[in-house]
Amino acid sequence: MSRVEAILTQLKDVAANPAKALADYKAETGKGAVGIMPVYAPEEMIHATGFLPMGIWGAQGKTISQARTYLPPFACSIMQQVMELQCEGAYDELSAVLFSVPCDTLKCLSQKWKGTSPVIVFTHPQNRGLEAANQFLVTEYELVKAQLEKYLGVKITNVALENSIAVYNENRVAMREFVEVAAEYPQVIDAVSRHAVFKSRQFMLKEKHTELVKELIAEVKAMPVEPWDGKKVVVTGIMLEPNELLDIFNEFKIAIVADDLAQESRQIRVDVLDSEEGPLYRLAKVWQQMYGCSLATDTKKGRGKMLINKTIQTGADAIIVAMMKFCDPEEWDYPVMFREFEEKGIKNLTIEVDQEVSSFEQIKTRLQSFVEMM
Amino acid sequence: MSLTQGMKAKQLLAYYQGKADQDARDAKARGELVCWSASVAPPEFCVAMGIAMIYPETHSAGIGARKGALDMLEVADRKGYNIDCCSYGRVNMGYMECLKEAAITGVKPEVLVNSPAADVPLPDLVITCNNICNTLLKWYENVAAELDIPCIVIDVPFNHTMPVPEYAKEYIAAQFRNAIAQLEVICGRPFDYKKFQDVKNQTQRSVYHWNRIASMSQYKPSPLNGFDLFNYMALIVACRSLDYAEITFKAFADELEENLKAGLYAFKGNEKTRVQWEGIAVWPHLGHTFKSLKGLGAIMTGSAYPAMWDLSYDANDETLHSMAEAYTRTYINTCLENKANVLMGIMERGQIDGAIYHLNRSCKLMSFLNVETGEMIKAKNGKPYVSFDGDQTDPRTFAPAQFDTRVQALVEMMEADIAAVAE
Ligand code: SF4
Ligand code: SF4
Repeated sequence: MSRVEAILTQLKDVAANPAKALADYKAETGKGAVGIMPVYAPEEMIHATGFLPMGIWGAQGKTISQARTYLPPFACSIMQQVMELQCEGAYDELSAVLFSVPCDTLKCLSQKWKGTSPVIVFTHPQNRGLEAANQFLVTEYELVKAQLEKYLGVKITNVALENSIAVYNENRVAMREFVEVAAEYPQVIDAVSRHAVFKSRQFMLKEKHTELVKELIAEVKAMPVEPWDGKKVVVTGIMLEPNELLDIFNEFKIAIVADDLAQESRQIRVDVLDSEEGPLYRLAKVWQQMYGCSLATDTKKGRGKMLINKTIQTGADAIIVAMMKFCDPEEWDYPVMFREFEEKGIKNLTIEVDQEVSSFEQIKTRLQSFVEMM
Repeated sequence: MSLTQGMKAKQLLAYYQGKADQDARDAKARGELVCWSASVAPPEFCVAMGIAMIYPETHSAGIGARKGALDMLEVADRKGYNIDCCSYGRVNMGYMECLKEAAITGVKPEVLVNSPAADVPLPDLVITCNNICNTLLKWYENVAAELDIPCIVIDVPFNHTMPVPEYAKEYIAAQFRNAIAQLEVICGRPFDYKKFQDVKNQTQRSVYHWNRIASMSQYKPSPLNGFDLFNYMALIVACRSLDYAEITFKAFADELEENLKAGLYAFKGNEKTRVQWEGIAVWPHLGHTFKSLKGLGAIMTGSAYPAMWDLSYDANDETLHSMAEAYTRTYINTCLENKANVLMGIMERGQIDGAIYHLNRSCKLMSFLNVETGEMIKAKNGKPYVSFDGDQTDPRTFAPAQFDTRVQALVEMMEADIAAVAE
C-alpha cells in the first residue's frame, strides 16, 4: 500500500467509525468528548479543554421511527437522523453538546435534546456587520466557556485557547491547500476520499489531522499531474453524503474541484485573525467575516456570485447543488442563486440529499444525463 | 365631520385596512418611499420618517383568505421556491415577481390582474426582524436582492435563557441606532426624533387598546369571540404606529365592554367549552375552523399568536432597552420553558379547558416544539390538547375532516373533565 493509500485508509476509517474514535481517545487520554451540532461553533474552546470535539451530522439510512413522535415529517433530513440517534442514546457518551441556533429548526431542536448529555446553547448574532454583534457574541462565548468549564471540570486558560486557535488555523490552512490539491489530482483523490479527509477532521484532534493531511499533500504533490478526462464540478449545500452517492461521482468521473458544503469548506473558510484583542473576541470575529453561507445573514446575497467565481477560477464545468431535504435556509437561497447561474450561463443541477434513503438510482440517472449534457 | 364618525369597529377595521394600502399607493404616486416590513419588526423608525408601510405577511394572509394563494404559489414555484419554504414568503415572492414584471414591461401579468390580492406597491426598502423566525431573514434578503434595494435588519437573538439578558438588549438597541443611521442615508435627511417620540407613544396607545380587547376573553361567558382577534390582527400588525389601530381597537374594546354590561356574549348562551388556539390561523379555511368549533359549543378565548403584538414598552426610555426587550421577548423567540409559561398564562386568563395546536407545514418554529409544549403544559395544568395539520396560506395541507375529528376528540375530553369536576 502506498503512503497515500495508507493515509486515506486511516482517515476513511476514522470517518466511518466515530464511536471507535471516541473510545480510542478516551483510552488514550482519559478524557471524553463534546458534541458539536451543526453548523458553527467555537470549537477551539473545546479543544482547549483537552476534550475531543466531535461533529454531529446525522447518519445514513437510519429508518426514522422514534423521532416521529417529536418531529413532523417535514423537518430536515439530517435533524430527523440526529433526533433518532438521540432517542437511541447514541450521543449519551458525550460530556456535553454545544448547540448553535442559526435556523428555525435548530432553535427548536436546541430545546428538546432527548439524550442525557448537558446541552449548551448559544446564539449567533445576524446583524453581523456591527461591532455590537461582535460584543454580543463575545458574551455568548463567555457563557459557553463557563458552562464548558462547569460540565467538564476544566479551566480554559488563555494560553490553552491561544494554542488551540493556532492549531485550528493551521488545520484550516492545510485543508484549503488540500482542496486545491484534490482538484489538481482527481485521479488520486476521488470524491469518496476527498470527503473522508473532511469528515475525519470532525472526529480527531486537529493537530493529528493536520499532520496527516500535510503528509498526504506532500505525497500527492510529488506525483505528476495527469490530464483529467472527466468533468469538474463545484458543489454547494449542507453536506454531500453518503459514500454510495459519492461513488456515482467517481463512476461518471465527476471531480469535485471546490465545495461550499457546510460540513466541509464552510468550516475552513475563515481563520481566527491575529490582533491585539483577546481570544474570545477574535473567535467572535470569525462569524462576522463568514460569507457565502445560507445561515449567515447577507442582505447582498453574495453566495451565488461567490459560487460563480469559484466555478470560473477552477475551470469547473458546472455547479451541483446538494439540497438537504427540507432545509429551508438553503431552499431560500436557491432561487436567487439559480437565477444568477442561469444569467451567467453556468450549468447547474440540483440533487436531493436525504439521509434516510439508501437507494441512489434516481440520482444516478440524473447525474448521468447531466454529464452527457455537459 | 370625519368620515369615520359613527362607524362600528368592524367598519373601522375594513376602512383603515384599505386606507393603509391606499396610503402606500399614494406615497408611491408622489414619489415617496414605501417599505415592506416583517410583521413584528419595529415600525417606529420608518413611520417617524414618514415612510409608508406594507406588511407582506398580512398581505399574503389576505390573499390566502380570499382563495388566491395558489396562483402566487405557482409563480414562486417557477422561480425555484421549494414547497418547503413558508407559504407567506412564497405567496409574497410570487406577488413581488408579478409586480416586478409589471414594472419592467408596463404590462400587468395575467395572474396579477385576476388576483384577489390587495393592490400594494413595490417597496423602496425593506425592514425585517427575526423575533418570530429566521425565515424572515432569508425571505427579506431575497426581496432586497431581487429588487436591489436596502434591507434593514433588526436581529433579535434567540433567547435560550430567560429573562432577556442585558447584553442582548444592548445589542438590539445598537441596531435600532444603526437603523436610524441607515434611514437617514436612505431618506437623505436627519432622523426626526420628535416624531419618533410621538410614534412610540402612539404605538403604546394602540397596544393598550389591543390588550383591552384580548382581556375581554377572561369573562365567562366571553363577550369576545377569539377568532375576531385574527381578523383585527391586520391592524395591530400594519397600523400599530398610526392612530388607525388605536381608533379601531378602542371602538371594539368599548363595544365589547358595553356588551358585557348588557349580558351580550359571543356565543349567545351556547358557550360550553373554552379553547386555546396555538399557532397561526388557517386563513384559507378560517370559516371552517371557526364554524367547526362553534358547532361544538367551543369558543376560542386565548391565543398567543395575536398576543405577540403586546409590544408594551416604556416609550420614554431613551436607551431604547425597554423597546428592545418588547421586540425580543416574543414567546416563540424564547426557550421552551418560557414558551410553555406564556401559553399557560393565556390558558389561565382565558379560563381555558383545552388547547388546539396547529402543526403548520409552513412554520417550523411554530411546529417543532408542539409536542414538548403540549406535554409540558398538560403535566402542569392537566388540560388536554390536540394537534391538526395545516398551513396558514397554502390551502392544500389542511384537511377539514381531520380537523373536525381532532376538535371533536378535544371537546369530548374537555367535557369529560368538566363533568368530573362538577361531580
Ligand atoms: S434546516 Fe438546514 S441549516 Fe437548519 S438544521 Fe436542517 S439542514 Fe441544518
Ligand atoms: S409563518 Fe412561520 S416561518 Fe412563516 S413568516 Fe410566519 S413565523 Fe416565519
